Amino acid sequence: MNALRMTALAALAVGSVGMAKADQVTVGMITTLSGGGAGLGVDVRDGFQLALDMAGEHDIRLVVEDDAQRPELAVQIAERMIQSERADILTGIIWSNLAMAVVPSAVAQDIFYLSPNAGPSALAGANCHPNYFNVAWQNDMLHEAAGQHANELGYENTFIMAPNYPAGTDALTGFKRYYEGELAGELFTQVGQTDYAAEIAEIRASGADSIFIFLPGGMGISFMRQFEQSGVDLPIISAGFSFDQDVLPAIGEAALGVINTSQWSPDLDNELNGEFVAAFQDAYDRLPSLYASQGFDTANLILSAMEQADVSDMDAFREALRAADFTSVRGSFEFAPNQHPIQTVYVREVVEVDGVLTNRIIGTAFEEHRDVHGENCNM
Amino acid sequence: MSLALVLEQLLNGVQFGLMLFLMSAGLTLVFGVMGLINLAHGSLYMIGAFLCAAIAAATGNFFIGLMAGIAAAAAAGALIEILVIRRLYARDHLDQVLATFALILILSEGVRMIFGPFPLYLTVPSVLRGTVNLGIVDYSLYRLALIGFGIAVALGLWALIAKTRLGIRIRAGESDREMIAALGVNIRVLYTVVFALGAALAGLAGALVGAIQSVQVGMGEPVLILAFVVIVIGGIGSIKGAMVGALLVGVIDTMGRFLLPRLFATIFDASAAAGTGAALASMLIYLLMALVLIFRPKGLFPAHG
Amino acid sequence: MDNARKEWLLNTAIALALFAVPLWALLADEPFIITTATRIAILAIAAVGLNIALGLGGMVSFGHALYLGIGGYVAGIAAHHAFSGTTVLGLPGTNQMLPIWAIAMILSGTIAGIVGALSIRTSGIFFIMITLAFAQMGFFFTLSWPAYGGEDGLPIFVRNQFPGLNTARPWEFFLLSYGVLLAALAIFAMLRAARFGAALMAIRQNPDRAAAVGISPFGIKLVAFILSGMITGLAGAMMADLTRFVSPAMMAWTMSGELIVIIILGGVGRLFGPVAGAAILVCFEVLFGGLTEHWKLWLGLVLLAVVLFARGGLIGLLAGRAQHG
Repeated sequence: MNALRMTALAALAVGSVGMAKADQVTVGMITTLSGGGAGLGVDVRDGFQLALDMAGEHDIRLVVEDDAQRPELAVQIAERMIQSERADILTGIIWSNLAMAVVPSAVAQDIFYLSPNAGPSALAGANCHPNYFNVAWQNDMLHEAAGQHANELGYENTFIMAPNYPAGTDALTGFKRYYEGELAGELFTQVGQTDYAAEIAEIRASGADSIFIFLPGGMGISFMRQFEQSGVDLPIISAGFSFDQDVLPAIGEAALGVINTSQWSPDLDNELNGEFVAAFQDAYDRLPSLYASQGFDTANLILSAMEQADVSDMDAFREALRAADFTSVRGSFEFAPNQHPIQTVYVREVVEVDGVLTNRIIGTAFEEHRDVHGENCNM
Repeated sequence: MSLALVLEQLLNGVQFGLMLFLMSAGLTLVFGVMGLINLAHGSLYMIGAFLCAAIAAATGNFFIGLMAGIAAAAAAGALIEILVIRRLYARDHLDQVLATFALILILSEGVRMIFGPFPLYLTVPSVLRGTVNLGIVDYSLYRLALIGFGIAVALGLWALIAKTRLGIRIRAGESDREMIAALGVNIRVLYTVVFALGAALAGLAGALVGAIQSVQVGMGEPVLILAFVVIVIGGIGSIKGAMVGALLVGVIDTMGRFLLPRLFATIFDASAAAGTGAALASMLIYLLMALVLIFRPKGLFPAHG
Repeated sequence: MDNARKEWLLNTAIALALFAVPLWALLADEPFIITTATRIAILAIAAVGLNIALGLGGMVSFGHALYLGIGGYVAGIAAHHAFSGTTVLGLPGTNQMLPIWAIAMILSGTIAGIVGALSIRTSGIFFIMITLAFAQMGFFFTLSWPAYGGEDGLPIFVRNQFPGLNTARPWEFFLLSYGVLLAALAIFAMLRAARFGAALMAIRQNPDRAAAVGISPFGIKLVAFILSGMITGLAGAMMADLTRFVSPAMMAWTMSGELIVIIILGGVGRLFGPVAGAAILVCFEVLFGGLTEHWKLWLGLVLLAVVLFARGGLIGLLAGRAQHG
């Protein structure tokens, strides 16, 4: 690397600051674009970009950068976006632990943060903040819906399992909050675990009538493939994260028939969602995931607020965000006082349509559901 | 806790251990013959899995994919050896660690550029689906096949090293590098072959395990660290040590995950026991490795006297 | 010009540049550049710590992220309890950097003492792997222990304080980090020049001969390893305050690898090697991370090129071969 080129790059990075127009909104997107978790970040980014493209003329300058799923790198990028790019709004983070690293200090510096994924309980409760909006869900929400629906399915002896980290314990707590039956067993697996033989043997021996799992990303893929080969034949219920479009093609037939809960589904019947799914397939040649829909909604929320207020007037812009006066692909959308969504959570089933695995809505777990942590939020 | 459950968990531990052996054998061979620490061994595992998944999807046949995965990993191994690794034999461990760390970054990002950011689909071939009855427990046929595969490869490797001309050269290379050069063996070719052999074993493990795990970028790193634990416990450079270490790690890890939460359940409530048990279980094999090294600083089966 | 003089000039230039660039950024109102310089300084402190073990003592520790993480968690836990007004082990929390630094150094030094005592008897790849094993234990422990956030980590809502400074201001926190870096470099230089350093390097080059002239390899290496862990632990506490966040990722094996990368990029055993290496790595992340999502590929190629063709790192490239072993 010669010195000249480095200097040129530095000039480029610094020079881009000057280009912002007065009424332009700079959105800094910090998301995971490399490594094993890249699929989620790519979908959030593509969904967000699609909303901007569909809006046509707009005044958003989008700066995207890869956090490589590393908290310290995410913090560094956030500082750069705030201090060098002069970002007005940050968004994009996929993982709860990265959100916990970035969000508290960003919002304290008078920056808006809109979460397109990840809703740790601390940010919904005691550490809620007027500049923090969650456009996806609070972490517990979909698990609570799974617990609720397990009752309706008549499950009485469920085996529950999640990785041993805060989002995992939140998942089990969320499930148990609504589930009324007995627990056949409760197990924490290692984060990033790839072999589930020991756990499957436990499930087999437990006499359970059903299984609830929260195993996002590669962990879910590994579990489902091994479960299929184990000969254990029990129904699985889960939150939508483990069974969405990013992993379904990789899990394959083993996922067919799995019941999962989500605030969105590709077949959700509203006009905008139909357009979104078609446009996404057109633009990127694959079905959108839950994460893509959340990125899409986040962009539309920002666009709607920009129509009502100038971002330099933070109070007015905050009010405009809080009003959530935009059309969501999930139908109705409204913020609770802690600025997390109040929304319907659907029950979906994994099905095969024209040779592609996807989800179909089969019922509703909650109408106008809100998280429990809001009680601890004094805002 | 029934006998059937304990037996099943033991089988799981053995199966896990044998897959670790496939990974560790290549790593320990490369260290024993060339004195090289190869952090990029996990990337070769990943390449085996990705190529197996891609070719199996294209041809509809798992076994063709398996062959392709092994071949691709071996080819990638040979290429890496000729381009990069060859320059590292005379260097100290520090340079080797750094260069192969750099290779991890390059190979991971390269695979992602070619195959995209989403995990790939790969599943168990239809002849190996389902379960078999082993008297008191129904066990996954594929896992049973993995155990058989692991034992077969271990025997094959033993025969290769003990009975063939290549094996004689490998053993000579382990004990005295100058001597085999003096005997007129083309040492450069030998090294490339040994490295490719190790890579093929990693690719084989990746492809076999890929059928029941997620085929995604970064899948090689956790198993790489485990493979290092295995060869350090067994004694670096020793194939026998790798086998013993792999089985120890496989069984202890599996039994730890199985028994520790039960042990704690006698003290704490269910949720706390599950959490504490899992936390300790994840540290168990590193504890084992530290203990082995404290009492046997060169591992259980030191390769050089 | 001889190599020693060239290296001295180069060191001065690096030290001045690391001060002048953020000073310019202060005047030009570019706080991110100040933050970046602070990050370089703190990573350099961590690597100076590792350089004592690795550069002087020849102990390739692949687990120094452990001490970085211990320091980080001391800062995080102290701030957490100070913020909530609760106690830990009967002690109140604190938001003062000085006691935090003291505890971070004592704790990381103690752990380094235990790890060192158990691993120094091994050598070569066994030493690399046993240090890795201990760091992995720390990683999995913090990952799955729920009290302080587990994998989610622990945020520090307000940066801890230092008497006479407003650490919330980037420039003042930079000055503090820069001062600590200079102090760490001074300690390294003094160690290297002292009889202790000579003994350490003698042991590295020829342990048998050193033993024959009455130098006990074990004791000297252990002391070096403890000092090394303490300085890296201090850097960990500062790093936590810089990012206002600690998490198990600080103890991940890739972090240990990154510290080694820094030392090699700069030049092993060189006084300013860690500073040069940290500057290269951080600038690479900042400049390329924004340009392409495939920046890791390029980082890998650069690292590979340095190992294969530029042994001795940046300092070796510009100032010639080292004077000291």
